[in-house]
Amino acid sequence: MDSLIGTLRLLAEEPSFAVAQALTGLAGASSLFLVSAGLTIVFGVTRVVNFAHGSFFMVGAYVAVSAITLVGFWPGMLVAALAVGALGVAVEVGILRRIYRAPELFQLLATFGLVLVIQDATLWLWGPEDRMGPRAPGLRGAVDVLGQPVPLYDLFLIAVGPLVLALLWLVFRRTRWGVLVRAATADREMTAALGVDQKRLFTGVFALGALLAGLGGALQVPREAANLHMDLNVIAEAFVVVVVGGMGSIVGAYLAAVLIGVVHAFGVLLFPKLTLVLVFLIMAAVLVVRPAGLLGEAPVPAGGGHGTGEPPLRPASPLLKLAGAALLVLLALLPLATEGYALVLMVDVLALALFAASLHFLMGVGGMISFGHAAYFGIGAYGAALAAKYLAAPMELALAFAPLAAAVAGLAFGWLCGRASGVYLAMLSLAFAQIAWSVAVQWLEVTGGDNGILGLWPSPWAAGPGAYYYLTLGLTTAGLLAIRWLAHTPFGQSLRAGRDSPRRAEALGMSVGARQWAAVAVAGAFAGLAGGLFAYAKGSVFPSFLAISRSVDGLVMVLLGGVQSLTGPIVGAIAYIGLADQLVRGVEYWRLVLGATIILLAVAFRGGLAGIAIRRAGAP
Amino acid sequence: MTRLEMEGVRAFYGQALALDEVSLSAGRGEVVALLGRNGAGKSTTLKAVMGLVRVGAGRIAFDGADLGALPSHRRARLGIGYVPEERRIFTDLTVAENLEVGRQPARPGAPTWTEARIWALFPPLEALRRRPGGRLSGGEQQMLAVARTLMGNPGLLLLDEPSEGIAPILVAAMADAVLALKAEGLTILLSEQNLRFAARVADRAYVLSQGRVAATGTMGALLSDQAAIGRHLSTGP
Amino acid sequence: MTLLAVDDVAKAFGAVAAVAGVSLSVAAGERVALIGPNGAGKTTCFNIINGQLRPDRGRVAFDGRDVTGWRPRALARRGVGRTFQISQTFPSLTVRENVQMAMAAHGGRGAAIGRPLRRLDPAGADAVLERVGLRADGDRGAGALAYGDAKRLELAMVLAQSPTLLLMDEPTAGMAADERHQLMDLVSRLAREEGIGLLFTEHDMDVVFGHADRIVVLDRGRVIAAGDPAAVRADETVRRVYLGLDDA
Repeated sequence: MDSLIGTLRLLAEEPSFAVAQALTGLAGASSLFLVSAGLTIVFGVTRVVNFAHGSFFMVGAYVAVSAITLVGFWPGMLVAALAVGALGVAVEVGILRRIYRAPELFQLLATFGLVLVIQDATLWLWGPEDRMGPRAPGLRGAVDVLGQPVPLYDLFLIAVGPLVLALLWLVFRRTRWGVLVRAATADREMTAALGVDQKRLFTGVFALGALLAGLGGALQVPREAANLHMDLNVIAEAFVVVVVGGMGSIVGAYLAAVLIGVVHAFGVLLFPKLTLVLVFLIMAAVLVVRPAGLLGEAPVPAGGGHGTGEPPLRPASPLLKLAGAALLVLLALLPLATEGYALVLMVDVLALALFAASLHFLMGVGGMISFGHAAYFGIGAYGAALAAKYLAAPMELALAFAPLAAAVAGLAFGWLCGRASGVYLAMLSLAFAQIAWSVAVQWLEVTGGDNGILGLWPSPWAAGPGAYYYLTLGLTTAGLLAIRWLAHTPFGQSLRAGRDSPRRAEALGMSVGARQWAAVAVAGAFAGLAGGLFAYAKGSVFPSFLAISRSVDGLVMVLLGGVQSLTGPIVGAIAYIGLADQLVRGVEYWRLVLGATIILLAVAFRGGLAGIAIRRAGAP
Repeated sequence: MTRLEMEGVRAFYGQALALDEVSLSAGRGEVVALLGRNGAGKSTTLKAVMGLVRVGAGRIAFDGADLGALPSHRRARLGIGYVPEERRIFTDLTVAENLEVGRQPARPGAPTWTEARIWALFPPLEALRRRPGGRLSGGEQQMLAVARTLMGNPGLLLLDEPSEGIAPILVAAMADAVLALKAEGLTILLSEQNLRFAARVADRAYVLSQGRVAATGTMGALLSDQAAIGRHLSTGP
Repeated sequence: MTLLAVDDVAKAFGAVAAVAGVSLSVAAGERVALIGPNGAGKTTCFNIINGQLRPDRGRVAFDGRDVTGWRPRALARRGVGRTFQISQTFPSLTVRENVQMAMAAHGGRGAAIGRPLRRLDPAGADAVLERVGLRADGDRGAGALAYGDAKRLELAMVLAQSPTLLLMDEPTAGMAADERHQLMDLVSRLAREEGIGLLFTEHDMDVVFGHADRIVVLDRGRVIAAGDPAAVRADETVRRVYLGLDDA
């Protein structure tokens, strides 16, 4: 608190200090703008949100570091931008082109798989160490601005943003290609009916977007060492920028990047641990006043209608009930057969099955895509750990606190994003999770940062491996049955109904928004319980509990089991832990294998789902 | 010479059958009207030719070649031009930019269009060259929609309700434009609810009802058949 | 008794006046058709009445209460049911569950978690399905229904909420001729037997003249004629503007 007041006093007394800080913010905004502009241009035309866009940024930085040593600084920048543009073409032609007509979820998943693949490819090519680039020749010094030294390179970066904005303006206003892109952004079908080949246009747009991201990464090299966290860090911020600026608006992206950049620069001074939280709060404030962003237009509400639904939910068949009971008996008998590692592993499986089931409730029942579900898992875990550490809560109380904390987080997130849906929700959920993760990492005093919180011990009665296993089995089973029960009740069915046809639901007097909000909190609570159980199983909590990779775990488990089946997540969790976790993570480049699998699932699954949809539409 | 030929075409919107075994043809330099009430299948017929709706059965041929499952941009490049009922002007693009989107290379056997020729056909557009499409009146948008498609140098023009929602004086101008295009050898297939407009420009007509061709003939013969008009175009029983 | 009273409503989009002062009314048990050429303002007018659009001026009163600008779900809770031009059902629920969902929402139990939806008064739901002839299809997924059946299911969902006013947007669009009259016969019977007021837009003149007690004709955002079918059919303005028959 004292330091905050001190900083405020410094800012008030020394306006020049504030100016210098604002300039730093503007310099940071340029890179962010390049990435966000690419993201928004690609989305405008292809309607695909490219999660791998941050990966292009990262690759740009790494390529620049290498290219500079070969061809010099400025040519190296150019090489990096062009190389990433070429990578963009390969990705568009190789993967995206196959999924433009696929459901949104599968598009998002495919680009998400790409994030993992590129991460490991980068690790393989450049190694795990951060790679510092040289400073720009001729821009090494600093100039005096109101008595404060400001790096020349920062001033150069400040100029780059408006320069690129102007160039983009020229391309989109003064070239035939730019006019066609704007036309396709407004009305793809009409543009095609006028003889424009969308395939080539899409490839070109994607290449431009990738090139901008690559250039953004390359330009960042003199300020920040290239590292393997750049991709997710920048994509989370770019999502915020694009949403704040308004989807599809390049000028909006610039304004938002400047806003976020400056807030960041001052946030570092005022709340050094919580800069990302500040960014999220700014976004919330903008969205409350302008739901479509600064310069955006309101998204078109989803259609819904007839003939595109899933099979109805049926009561469990006697066979399924029998199988479930048999499985439960088998699991209950397990401690008699083994005492060791198998029990520990099964506790993980059970907790993650509950986590996957809660995500499935949100996506499969509620129709809301979440790429940040680990936030609730982690908030549950941290909630329990913090309750134990600071309130000296016994295990029973801490475990009750876990779902509560996660539900509150769900309510807060649901309130902020209440009007978002589809890709917006996916983007915001990822940003939210990334911010929760950064709080866990940065807020050392409370969360212990990377060292986590250690020393979480179950109450004496549950301390033995067998006893804790039974506790987990009991709570998980109860949780899974509760989720299943909820799905069948009017509440769960009305979520499915609202997803099928929001207009019909509203016309029957149902509030779709309120139900979805409740669903986020409910799903969050179950994920939080899973997180709490997981925390006590490990005896500790770490930021990795709410890392993006944990969210991906959940998504893959749900996908493996099938989005449309309530039993799916359980099967998925068992398959995933049994196979993926044990086999794949033994491999050095497991992300690459996992990412490639996700891409394959998304592309192949799409055939299956689309096939079902087509068969239905064709039926008389 | 037959420019467009449809044989037994069935088309669907979702699960609803929109066209049921529609067959028709249009020759070079001919203006053919599709008549019928709203929902009779007129727009869907035009969209089927352009490749914008799913055709379940039947055959559509342009200049003798089966269009099959060709995507709509390939159809446009063969020389089929489409002007939708809602006009679908690019509202953020200027008049000149809208024309640019439609521009395609010259094509043998079809008149070649330039901006200058467009201004000659639709004089009011020239002064609006730099104005965004969204700030034009309904009639100006209709002219722009037709002009934009002409920039692709089509041999077949599909016009969906060209006279709808525009001022009476512009309806006359639009009819003149259609006749001028016909004089250049264009084949025009248009849907109309306004019998007077159709009577003025069309050589032949097909009357559609509930997705089927209910009657066909020369415009004159159809107009004199009060019974057919009563059954398919007016107040019914 | 006047159920719905629309008084001088107007709505402009930019410079275009879509509806420029329309008044109409529907009495209990009365069937009123709203017709007019494309762009006449039917859809805008309809959307003002069903709560999807707020009028620039004017007043919509239902059951004596000013409901101008109320949202669709608030209107639904007061007893206004509606069907859509492209029928809107819940394809991921069974046919019976679709009706049960409507019943649950009507009873204020739309988000209850006490018991599965399918156990919520199945007999009552079947009785509603019986009225539209879908009783035998209760266990099927609604997504598997044929187009015409989906329209009847949508009607069943609305009826399950016992509305006093029914708004139908193009109720017979996309249906075959015999299906059209079956559906409208059914709706007419319900209106008569239960005193439900009906307001519908429609392009099929056979349906309009066969099933409306009164017809309101719109053109360019204004009412150009209103009255019983015979009067409207004889109206010169209507013949000229709507039917394009001035020189035929």
